[in-house]
Amino acid sequence: MRSINLFFQVTTKFLFLIHLLTVGLVHAEAKQVVNVAYFTQEQKVPPQLSNLDAFIKDKGVLGMQLAIDDNNTTGQFTGQQYVLKNFTVPLDGNVVEVFNKDIGDQYAFVVVNLPADALNKVADLPAAKQKMLFDAATIDDALRNEQCRNNVLHLLPNRAMRADTLAQYMMKKRWNKWFLVIGPEPEDRMFADAIKRSAKRFGMKIVEEKNWEHTYDARRTAQSDVAVFTQINDDYDVLVVADEQGLFGEYLEYRTWNARPVIGTQGLIATSWHRTHDQWGATQIQNRFKDLAGRWMEEQDYAAYMAVRAIGEAATRTKSNDVNKVRDYMLSDAFALQGYKGNPLSFRSWDHQLRQPVLLAAPRSLVAVAPIEGFLHPKTELDTLGYDQPESTCKWSQ
Amino acid sequence: MKKNILGLFLTAALAATVQAETVFVTLEKDNALAIVDPIAGKLIKTVEIGQRPRGISISPDNKYLYVAVSDDNTIKIIDADSLKETGKLPSGEDPETFALNPVGDKLYVSNEDDSQVTVIDIKRKKAAKQIKVGVEPEGIAVSPDNLWVASASETTNMVHWIDTKNNAIVENTLVDPRPRALSFTADSQQLWVTSEMAGTLMVLDVKTKQIIKTVRFDVQGITSDKIQPVGVVIDKDRKRGYVALGPANRVAVVNAQTFEVEKYLLVGQRVWNLAFSPDQKRLYTTNGTSNDISIIDLDSQTVIKSVGVGTYPWGVAVKP
Repeated sequence: MRSINLFFQVTTKFLFLIHLLTVGLVHAEAKQVVNVAYFTQEQKVPPQLSNLDAFIKDKGVLGMQLAIDDNNTTGQFTGQQYVLKNFTVPLDGNVVEVFNKDIGDQYAFVVVNLPADALNKVADLPAAKQKMLFDAATIDDALRNEQCRNNVLHLLPNRAMRADTLAQYMMKKRWNKWFLVIGPEPEDRMFADAIKRSAKRFGMKIVEEKNWEHTYDARRTAQSDVAVFTQINDDYDVLVVADEQGLFGEYLEYRTWNARPVIGTQGLIATSWHRTHDQWGATQIQNRFKDLAGRWMEEQDYAAYMAVRAIGEAATRTKSNDVNKVRDYMLSDAFALQGYKGNPLSFRSWDHQLRQPVLLAAPRSLVAVAPIEGFLHPKTELDTLGYDQPESTCKWSQ
Repeated sequence: MKKNILGLFLTAALAATVQAETVFVTLEKDNALAIVDPIAGKLIKTVEIGQRPRGISISPDNKYLYVAVSDDNTIKIIDADSLKETGKLPSGEDPETFALNPVGDKLYVSNEDDSQVTVIDIKRKKAAKQIKVGVEPEGIAVSPDNLWVASASETTNMVHWIDTKNNAIVENTLVDPRPRALSFTADSQQLWVTSEMAGTLMVLDVKTKQIIKTVRFDVQGITSDKIQPVGVVIDKDRKRGYVALGPANRVAVVNAQTFEVEKYLLVGQRVWNLAFSPDQKRLYTTNGTSNDISIIDLDSQTVIKSVGVGTYPWGVAVKP
């Protein structure tokens, strides 16, 4: 961790130096500064299923750093300078207090990496009213519907978009009969709800639904537990698992009673970013990120990266650091963001969700990219994923 | 000297009888070069070239091919007749696209990962200069009058104008998102630039460096985000330009005087790069995911043939 920080400082200093050297030549006038804050809270290390993947503490902020660097490369030609300030609330700290004190009226653009309830607490503060908050962490459907906030934009695909991605691919494969297995956490229930919505939407049939009630120490008991657990009366094509924390889902594959693939939160997953993704210039950003961070890019890194790139794109086009001008441009039809996934990305006007292709990935191979060919939409096929305008229940609370 | 002329004469005579021209296609996934006889519409052979070949150009005297072999981090010089490697150029890491100047003594390479353009002195086989540009430079072109190098950076969304006299950027033009390819008109007065994300073609005036026209494409039955313009070429009389529309699987025919889109020609899947035949009577397209090239007859404006070449055809160069 320390070495990363050091690397970081050195890189930043080095970039700054380059900056001074080149910028002086191209742009003699004063820079227009675009301040961007990163706001997060320390996280407890969650229980780990295995020690294969170490817990990553800094998901998000390094993606943001990369985007700041990219924006500043552009900034040397446009006379803009992007500055990142990182605010991390301690584990036992108060999110609202820190936001009021440190962000206050200083920052108009804030990339937020917080859970759903904390995000809306911050969004409802008087100090946040005139800001743009970029949600780089949540995937909650409710935040895009009945709990939506006008000053928040969502970068990660929500659960409904993920479930629709899985459903489109299953429909293409004609794996229509699903066995749904749900974990004990509230988030697992939300994922399961999204799966049920997608099943209905795409004509899939959930032949059985069961809650996982067995032990998580699967090293000892998985072999017998899973075999017994998956003996169900109806035949099914795929097992859909809802286990967002990864407490047991990995142990289902190869242990089911019948030979069936596992999809959902484990096995074949729907995600905004994955290390197997190398199309549409993705190799370039994967390389740039690895050079900077010394690890693969995670979803939250991608989300924070896209948030800052969106700010950069809008600030470049409007030649402005004014939050109103940037917001108007970002939410207009003219806005098209390149996101290394083939299609131009933009924000849905009805819920401020970033419309984007969603990747279907196995641990070591990219299986497909949704929208799957053949799923049509009058405006953009990207809106076949998640809540389309007529389905949205978002009414901006002022 | 005499010998040379005689040699030239012989090759020309031989070429006329055996085949009118040769099309070279880099095959990104096959690590090979496909050699096609476009008149017969046949793949003659494929030769191994190195890891992940992409950009390709032919020298003005048609003697050498330059091929960016991306995963070998070099640009190979290939004898266009014998197809033997005669040398290597220091391209920097992961070379993809590059442009040869009209004289044929300098090569400008986009180094995507390092946000720079490398100028290579071909005779000395040395990098002469590195120029810092925007994030992810890709499309690059040298004006026929040899005054300008235009480099487009995909994430910065800019065209950088590099003066060839001192290899320094003198101006930048902000363009539509993810600019991919660019091409000068033969009179060096205009620069045509494609934007993959906005689905547009922009025509820039070289004198003012400003966009004078933005052309949009509209293909019936295809949503706008499938229209992703990539390769662009303009004929020498500036009558028509041609734009490859990527996953829309079409080549757009653009009137180069009025900038109206006259026609869309259905070609193979994910059409990528374009090249004229030397007499400009035909246009060749590489079709990335259908693994073939399309041959378009430009008099009748129709696709007359597609030729299977191998996996992921990327770049195309033509030898008379």
